[in-house]
Amino acid sequence: MKPLTQDFPFLSLLAALLVVAFVLTTSGVAPFGVSAYLANAIGQLAAFAVLALALDLIWGYLGILSLGHGLFFGIGGYVVAMHLLKHSHEVTGKVPDFMQFMGWTEFPFYWAGFDFFPYALIVTVAVTLLISGIFGYVSFRSRVGGVYFAIITQALVYVAMLLMFRNDTGFGGNNGMTGFAVVFGRPIGGSGVVIAMAAVSVIVLGLTLLGCRMLLASRFGMLMIAARDDEVRLRTLGYETLRLKLAVWCLSALIAALAGMLYVPQVGIINPRLLAPELSLEIAVWVAIGGRGHLVGAVIGAVLVNAVKFWLSAAAPELWPFILSGLIVLVVLVFPNGLVDLAKLKLVRPMGVKRLASETPELR
Amino acid sequence: MGGVALLIDNVTVEFGSFRAIDALSLAVDFGEVRALIGPNGAGKTTLLDVISGIARPKQGRVMFDDATDITRASESAIAQAGVRRKFQKPSVFEGLSVRQHIAIGAQGGLRRSLSQQELMSRVDEVLEAIGLSNLAARPASELAHGQKQWLEIGMVLASNPKVLMLDEPVAGLTDEETERTAALVRSLKRPDRAIVVVEHDMDFVERIADRVTVLHEGKTLFEGSMANARADERVVDVYLGR
Repeated sequence: MKPLTQDFPFLSLLAALLVVAFVLTTSGVAPFGVSAYLANAIGQLAAFAVLALALDLIWGYLGILSLGHGLFFGIGGYVVAMHLLKHSHEVTGKVPDFMQFMGWTEFPFYWAGFDFFPYALIVTVAVTLLISGIFGYVSFRSRVGGVYFAIITQALVYVAMLLMFRNDTGFGGNNGMTGFAVVFGRPIGGSGVVIAMAAVSVIVLGLTLLGCRMLLASRFGMLMIAARDDEVRLRTLGYETLRLKLAVWCLSALIAALAGMLYVPQVGIINPRLLAPELSLEIAVWVAIGGRGHLVGAVIGAVLVNAVKFWLSAAAPELWPFILSGLIVLVVLVFPNGLVDLAKLKLVRPMGVKRLASETPELR
Repeated sequence: MGGVALLIDNVTVEFGSFRAIDALSLAVDFGEVRALIGPNGAGKTTLLDVISGIARPKQGRVMFDDATDITRASESAIAQAGVRRKFQKPSVFEGLSVRQHIAIGAQGGLRRSLSQQELMSRVDEVLEAIGLSNLAARPASELAHGQKQWLEIGMVLASNPKVLMLDEPVAGLTDEETERTAALVRSLKRPDRAIVVVEHDMDFVERIADRVTVLHEGKTLFEGSMANARADERVVDVYLGR
């Protein structure tokens, strides 16, 4: 990895994030401020970018493809939604919709304490670590990898979705949870609050980006890349890769949960569809399009794909699946390293040129 | 030092109904360079797999340094005990630099065994020995085949292993590179180290090996000097004469 001062794309992205965060935080007073609507969109994109970083860490730098990262995103989202509902109930006395549907008059016992945000944070970390830890330990210990691991993660998120669709679990059922009224004592729909949440998301994205880079530049990051490139080689040099993989897997899950905590308050709703295989697959698509194994690529991929999706979902929603699948085909066939390939086009010859030059003499 | 570095005791390995190694017993002493030769499918690489913990034997045991049973130990534990190997296909980490490879080999475990200063001097020493000092900052993906072979040897020897196993170290190398590799292997010979080499290049084997073991269909066919192996009728029959 290049030294930080020479890593131009990384520094540019970091600077851009700083500018966005600055514009957002000064939006209330400055003349060039953004609207609450735009701020909200930026905030959601930032949350998705954090999610993409989580997957890039495990897939791009350790070679483990997860098609179930929506699960951890969902854990963060559900827990923060529980916090918001409990907190709103406390401040406004409003009973959540899902309880009204079920005819319940009080919260189930396991909702106790969620009005206290640090408790919600601890629960998110604990549940994420528990699930990712057990699942990761069992899988990595039995040396499940590659496509098998990806399929199992997909099944895992699907099971979670089926579970959350049940109405009697006390987690909102198929309607999910919505109607958040207040966050930290302020009305959640106020433009100041919306902009603040977006600014926090952008800042968290910047910090996550920086944190991931520091990790990758360390000895630990070097061993991650070694394990990605040839795990057996690394093991037979005396490194127990189980612990390495488990640590990165759990860290990646935590980052995904963090992204979910940022996302749900801004979008105002969570329902089991967040746990649908589609979202988990899409995360991999963002990373693949941006450039797997490049932090900057993951962020750009997530922002680009979702920005197009935001825009299209208003303009021509029926086109979206075709555009997304078209992008996937393009990436797989032409740009195996995503946009990173596109950036390098000026420097190196396209694949086809080299191949033609070497093949033509044989044809004659 | 002397003594038995590796004792393979009545080891059998089966893949389905195929018996890759058949009740094989073999002892390699400290201080010697032992070559394992034999036709394809004789079980040479499988034997290295068993020793390094990648393949599990159906029966028998593998003892290291007389006392340590490494038959069921994990790959990383075996490597940490001081038994290391180079793979047949050059196995390097494409995303890392030459220097980082040697550092990973020298540190030899998640827990650091060397201080930063010791590590740096050890890495320089190894780079010098394998002749890649001037390519230290290069990514391994840019190396030529022969350089990758040396890089992997460097990675394996960086931790000063007690047993060094080299699976086809000169496959695909030019004559000059083979020459240099032979000199390197000879220079690695030490009284407290056993070196096991699997190789098909008989001239190379003759130059480096103190003794050769000829394997055939998972069994020992011959053990002795290379000169005697060349004279042995059975060896000529199954392998050398072809």
